Amino acid sequence: MRGSVALRLEPGGRAVLALRGQFLLDGGVPSHEEVARDLKDLKGISSVGFDCGELGKWDSSLLAFVLRLEGELGGSGIVVERSGLPKGAKRLLDLAASSPRGQARERERGSLFLRTGQWASSQMIKSWDVVGFLGEVSWSMGRLVTGRARFRGSDLLHVMHRCGVDALPIVSLISFLVGLILAFVGAVQLRVFGAQIFVAALVGIGMVRVLGAIMTGIIMAGRTGAAFAAELGTMELNEEIDALRTLGIPPVEFLVLPRMVGLSLMMPLLCVYSDLLGILGGLSVGVVMLDINIQEYLRMTREAVKPSYFWIGVFHSFVFGVLVAITGCFHGMRAGRSASSVGQAATSAVVSGIVSIIVATAVITYLCQVLGL
Amino acid sequence: METAAIKIENLTMAYGDNVIQRDLTFEVPEGKVTVIMGGSGCGKSTLLRHMLGLVEPKRGRVLYWGEDFWGADEARRLSIMRRIGVLYQGGALWSSMTLAENVALPLKEFTRLTEREIQELVSLKLALVGLAGFEDFYPAELSGGMRKRAALARAIALDPEILFFDEPSAGLDPVSARRLDELILELKESLGATIVVVTHELASIFAVGDHSVFLDSVEKTITAMGPPKDLLAHPPNERVREFLTRGGSLN
Ligand SMILES: Nc1ncnc2c1ncn2[C@@H]1O[C@H](COP(=O)(O)OP(=O)(O)OP(=O)(O)O)[C@@H](O)[C@H]1O
Ligand SMILES: [Mg+2]
Repeated sequence: MRGSVALRLEPGGRAVLALRGQFLLDGGVPSHEEVARDLKDLKGISSVGFDCGELGKWDSSLLAFVLRLEGELGGSGIVVERSGLPKGAKRLLDLAASSPRGQARERERGSLFLRTGQWASSQMIKSWDVVGFLGEVSWSMGRLVTGRARFRGSDLLHVMHRCGVDALPIVSLISFLVGLILAFVGAVQLRVFGAQIFVAALVGIGMVRVLGAIMTGIIMAGRTGAAFAAELGTMELNEEIDALRTLGIPPVEFLVLPRMVGLSLMMPLLCVYSDLLGILGGLSVGVVMLDINIQEYLRMTREAVKPSYFWIGVFHSFVFGVLVAITGCFHGMRAGRSASSVGQAATSAVVSGIVSIIVATAVITYLCQVLGL
Repeated sequence: METAAIKIENLTMAYGDNVIQRDLTFEVPEGKVTVIMGGSGCGKSTLLRHMLGLVEPKRGRVLYWGEDFWGADEARRLSIMRRIGVLYQGGALWSSMTLAENVALPLKEFTRLTEREIQELVSLKLALVGLAGFEDFYPAELSGGMRKRAALARAIALDPEILFFDEPSAGLDPVSARRLDELILELKESLGATIVVVTHELASIFAVGDHSVFLDSVEKTITAMGPPKDLLAHPPNERVREFLTRGGSLN
């Protein structure tokens, strides 16, 4: 039976609430507001007690009912007497009331002026954070060069395996298709001039000089950058990074260095591999669609691709490796202490990884222009 | 004869080939506090995970109110699980929600209370664990012991019939630990909850335990059972005696 309340008057300005039936969370509870209104309407009541003779099963909803009623009657001068309640309910209420109240947090909202200033200074602090991180990374690079860096060789091998060998299938697929698409789109145009043989040059130069590096860079930003961020973010969450710090092991050295070194060693290799597969993609279009003979295609490619292009592409990919590792690790180590902040760190790592790859490409391309390469 | 809320029959637990405990048979009496004790790493949390239906046992059965948990269908299992509240060893609060939201989630999902009623219940539960006023805090902003207590508030949100506590007082100061023991007794007495506590705290074991089960890490099975005070008075074997006297001698 659903809980109900009956009001009864006793001499001496005392009211009694007879509670009947069950007061359960999933059963619905009588409205405390109605009861409070009835009590206030009866003028001259000074106290109200409970009669629980017919009360059935009850749980926290009874406690909540009493608390709400007390809150409602707060300013009216009617005293609520808990003595009539079931013993257990009374004890639980007392226990709740006896616990010290924590300091409620102050959420001050300053003026617009103040908040703008706060925002600006927090942005400043964030950018300093980046600079600080880069400083730490360079410092530990220095220690690496002088052979004093502390990290586990097995970590490095593990990273190299994960971001090298394990990435081969996806790099193969994407590079082959990019080469294929490039050749296909080029062929349609070049055929108009009867110059389809230049497809080989188009694909070769495009892939080797920049596209191979960019494609692997973007794949690795999505694959490895996100993984680094999630991994370090979770370590931060579990206080694993703090544990390293208190042991006196600089986390940047121990965690970031192997990842950065591993990735920037593997990236150029992946890039060369991607170049080859891109050329293979172009070749298949050339042979199948344009009836170019294989030797002829390869000869054209060799002639078009100068060694300097190859080195420019490899340099790109090395830079991308460093950038992806740094953005991934930075966002991971700065992740907050919640599951969603780890997700956010992974997202930011991918986004800023890709952005930095594109910006770096623009810078390197401009420099090559200036240097006449 | 008291009825058993949970019955464990010939339960064998293993991770892969690594058998943790074998042939566990015991009952959790209704409306009582049952303590599961044993040395660190002997498989207490693992036993809890089996009792909670998170892991399917290698062998043996887990019966809730006489019903075989793993023999029941999915819907029955869910309805049994809804009558259970759990405090995990690590707290397991949802980190992207405030304390109030953590405690409110079960209430929102499983009752038809209004938003205001839920807020009041949440405040009540938080007050019961001594965290009144911390509604808007995120778990990451709390101390370890506070997180534990907040997780307890979430476990009791729905006034479950059976409560599982995995090391509730670990990480609490003596005063909070005592308050927690009081709360456990209070929940048992006022709401008639059946409580299963995993704990090492001797004070707690003797204060709250009506019944206890001792998991032995060497024999890999239960070597003692009964009210903790009886076990202390007449320890059935050396390891139980050592455990209950902190490795000291009887006198
Ligand atoms: N996911 C897992 N995979 C494999 N083995 C595990 C796993 N979790 C726990 N174990 C092993 O099971 C055994 C029991 O672990 P469990 O966590 O149940 O111990 P416990 O009794 O709760 O210890 P404590 O008191 O320290 O919490 C340990 O030996 C542990 O190595
Ligand atoms: Mg455990």
